[in-house]
This record gives sequence, structure tokens and C-alpha cells, in this order.
Amino acid sequence: MKRNILQKIYIALIFIFLYAPIVTLIVLSFNGSRTRAKWGGFTLKWYSALFQNRDILQALFNTLLIALIASIVSTIIGTIACIAIMNLKKKSRAIVMGITNIPMINAEIVTGISLMLLFISLGLRFGLGTILLSHITFCIPYVILSVMPRMQQINPYTYEAALDLGAGPVYGFFKVVFPDILPGVLSGFLMAFTMSLDDFIITHFTKGAGVDTLSTKIYTEVKKGIKPEMYALSTIIFLTVLTLLFLVNRVPSENQEKKGA
Amino acid sequence: MNKTESLKKKLLGTPYFIWSVIFILVPLGMVFYYGLTDRSGVFTLANVLAISTPEHSKALWIALFLSVIATVICLLLAYPLAMILSRQKNGRQSFIVLIFILPMWMNFLLRTLAWQTLLEKTGVINSILEFLHLPALNIINTPYAIILGMVYNFLPFMVLPIYNALSKIDINVINAARDLGANGLQVFLKITLPLSIPGIISGITMVFIPALTTFVISKLLGGSKILLIGNVIEEEFTQASNWHLGSGLSIVLMLFIIINMLLTAAFDKDGEGSFL
Repeated sequence: MKRNILQKIYIALIFIFLYAPIVTLIVLSFNGSRTRAKWGGFTLKWYSALFQNRDILQALFNTLLIALIASIVSTIIGTIACIAIMNLKKKSRAIVMGITNIPMINAEIVTGISLMLLFISLGLRFGLGTILLSHITFCIPYVILSVMPRMQQINPYTYEAALDLGAGPVYGFFKVVFPDILPGVLSGFLMAFTMSLDDFIITHFTKGAGVDTLSTKIYTEVKKGIKPEMYALSTIIFLTVLTLLFLVNRVPSENQEKKGA
Repeated sequence: MNKTESLKKKLLGTPYFIWSVIFILVPLGMVFYYGLTDRSGVFTLANVLAISTPEHSKALWIALFLSVIATVICLLLAYPLAMILSRQKNGRQSFIVLIFILPMWMNFLLRTLAWQTLLEKTGVINSILEFLHLPALNIINTPYAIILGMVYNFLPFMVLPIYNALSKIDINVINAARDLGANGLQVFLKITLPLSIPGIISGITMVFIPALTTFVISKLLGGSKILLIGNVIEEEFTQASNWHLGSGLSIVLMLFIIINMLLTAAFDKDGEGSFL
């Protein structure tokens, strides 16, 4: 019994540690004073100011657009790549998986500068396009690593049976293989989306002047002081995700399976 | 499956194979090219050896020192936590794990900046300490604040792989050990701990490398006085525009990553401790 209480206290302490900054940000979004050092009474003005602030809204739009395109493209490329990787011989499979692991293991700063050097030497104009190419690059490994285990579990004979019964390869894939790997594809997509949304370091090195995502916008604001509208926006994003998670958790479905993903 | 069928499937991988060559291998090659040449394109080791100048080696040692401490603290905090989590009932488990991933949806820079507000001389924590008549905590703009920022940001990356490894342990193995007379400590040392090593190793990698190479946390919480190796490299690229030197120092950084990878491979042959 005593042990149980100790465990609860421990979890609570870690919980406070993880959420103290988040609560701080939420509180700051209602702070009437412009500086974060002083409490100037409760206000909602930053929320209305947020919707007037074109810069922040543009950055939000860029962030969401990049995350959405990057996660969709990387999910498609990654899932198709998994089919091919499954059919490779052991040795070439190990090589491909080794290369796939590089962006996950390598330091983000090195990935960032390496892509920056590539784009410079290709003469590409730095902007949304270069950010997008970089995000797709670091998102694909997350997709592959969450689809692969699913792919390995499925029974290859069901697909062959479908072909024998007259299904075309594409039809057979979508009718037989795809439903089995769908949870892996979905969790890969979600991982990719989250990683793209939260990325700062790689974007920092591959973005062009004048093009900002939320992360890079915040970084440039650090010296001048963060605009309180930013707190309001992140509070809205956080509460939206929190609500979605509660809703998903209320529905006792297959979601149990993607723990940890 | 016939041969043409298999070949067709292999061909499906072409977009990704081309992609990974252009966007993973070629860029890495370019880092090596820039790092091993000077401005006129002549081979030189000067950019790599520049790590031994006092300024750079100091940045590397501080980064190593702080990231090792942060990794150890993360491990000590995460292990008991992962053990408690893995013993929860199934339904609650996934929910609790989500709770640890949820903070990642609040922007990483803002979360780190929030610690400034919490740690400042007149900040939230000191106000609470003052209220309780306890001595004030002055760690903002010191290495302690950087360690705190590292632990805060990377703790979930330590918890999740250890948690995954622990939840895979068959409860019957533990029950068997108990039936055979092992006490709690023996069960932990002989069963739980060895079986969770893949998780520990992958957790260490996932915390140590981002901590070693960060430039954001030191900039936001270290008051720009403390330069880590990540800050030096970042400045070479964004301010000094000396890509050759920046690449040379990155090669040094990659050596540490490779050493870490080799150690990981030695301990975790089956890749059991994967993050996902």
C-alpha cells in the first residue's frame, strides 16, 4: 500500500516536471501584461490579436502545409519502399535499412547542414520547397520503421491466393495487404506529421529568408521577446490535440496497439 | 512467387532508393567533402584538426560533460518511471504513455523558453521558494539550466524505449524466479534489468546524441555565454559562413555518433530496443 502511494507521488512529480512549462505558457497566454515577468491580470486580447497577426498566421499555415504534404508524401514513398525492401535479399536489405536509419541516428544539426550544402550546390532557391524536401527526407524513416514490422507479420500466401483467384497486383494489394498494414501506416503518418510539426533544427538550416514556420518564427523572436499571440496560438494547438486525444481514448478501439508509437 | 513478380516489387522501391541516395548519402558526402578541403578545394585536415584549438575543444568537452550528466539523470529518472508504467493495467497504460508524448505537441522552443519564466530570479519557482522561506534557486544562464533543459526535452525518449522493453518481459519468467525463491532485488538484478538492456541502450542513444549536438537549449537557457559544440557549428554556418570549418567540426561530431552506434550494435543485436 505504502509502495503504491510512493509510486503515485513519483509519477505526479515527473508529471509536474513535464507539464509545468506547458501550464506556464497557457497562463502567459492570458496575461494582460506584455512582458512575461509580470502578471497584468486576466485577458483574452492576445487571442483576438492572434487572428489579426498575419505573420503568425502565415507561419502557422506554412507549418501545417509542410507537415501535411511531408507526412502524406513520406507515407506513400515509405510504404511502397517497404514492399520493395521486403523482397530484397538479406544483404541488400541490411544496406537499405542502414541508410534509412541514418537520418534517425545522425545529429539533426548534421542532417540540417548536409541538406543545406546539397541545396546550395544544386542551386535551389531556399524556401518552402527546400524545407519540404528536407522534411520528407527525415519523415520517411519513421514511416518505414513503423510499417516494416507490420509487413513482416502478414502472411504472404493470402496475397498470392488473391492473385491466383484473379486479382491484379494493385487490387490484391489494396484488398489483402493494405488492411493488415494499415495500423502501421497510420502510426507512421502520425509520427511523420508530429516530427515535421515540431522540427526546428533542420528547418533552420534549409529555410530561406522571409519564409518562416512557427518554430523558426519563435526562434527569431527570442531576442526581441516572444509575442504573447504566440502563447495564445500554442495554447489553442495544445488544447485541440488534448481534446482529440481524449476523444480517441474514449472510443475503445484498436488504438491500444499503437502505444509507444 | 515467380521471379518477374519479385523483380517488379523491387522496382517499386526505386523512388525511395533514388531519394535516399540524393537526400541522405550525397549530402553526407558533401559534409565530408567540405570538411576535408579548404576554400580552394585542396585536400586538408585543418578543418577537422581545428577541434583541438582551445576554443573548440572547450566547447566539445562542455557538450560531452553536460550531455553525459543529462543522459545519466534521464536514465535514473526514467527507469523507475518505466517500471511503474509497465505494471499498470492495459487500458490505462496506453493513456499514460500518451501523456508523456503529449508535451511534444507544444512547440519545443516555447516549452524550453517557458523554463526561463520558471527559473528567473523573480520567476515562478523562486516565488514559491520565497513563500516557503527557502533559499532562492539561481540556475538560469548556468550549465545547470542547460542540463535541466536537456533532461526536460529528452526524458520521454528515455522513458519510451525502456517502457517498451519492460512491457515485453513475460510475467511468467518473473513469477518463475519468485517461485524458485528469488527476492525482489534478485529478480530485478537477474531478470528485469538484463532483459531491459536493449531499451536502456536505445534510450541512451536517443538522449545522448541530441543532447551532445544541441545548440538551441544552450542558447535559450545558457544565456549565450556557454558555447557547446553545436553552437560553434551553427555559427560557422549561419554567421561566419565558414562551411569548411563547420563541416570539419561536424565530422568530429559524427565520430562520436559512430562510436555510439557501434556500442549500440554490440549490445542490441536484434534491434529489440527500437523506439517504435
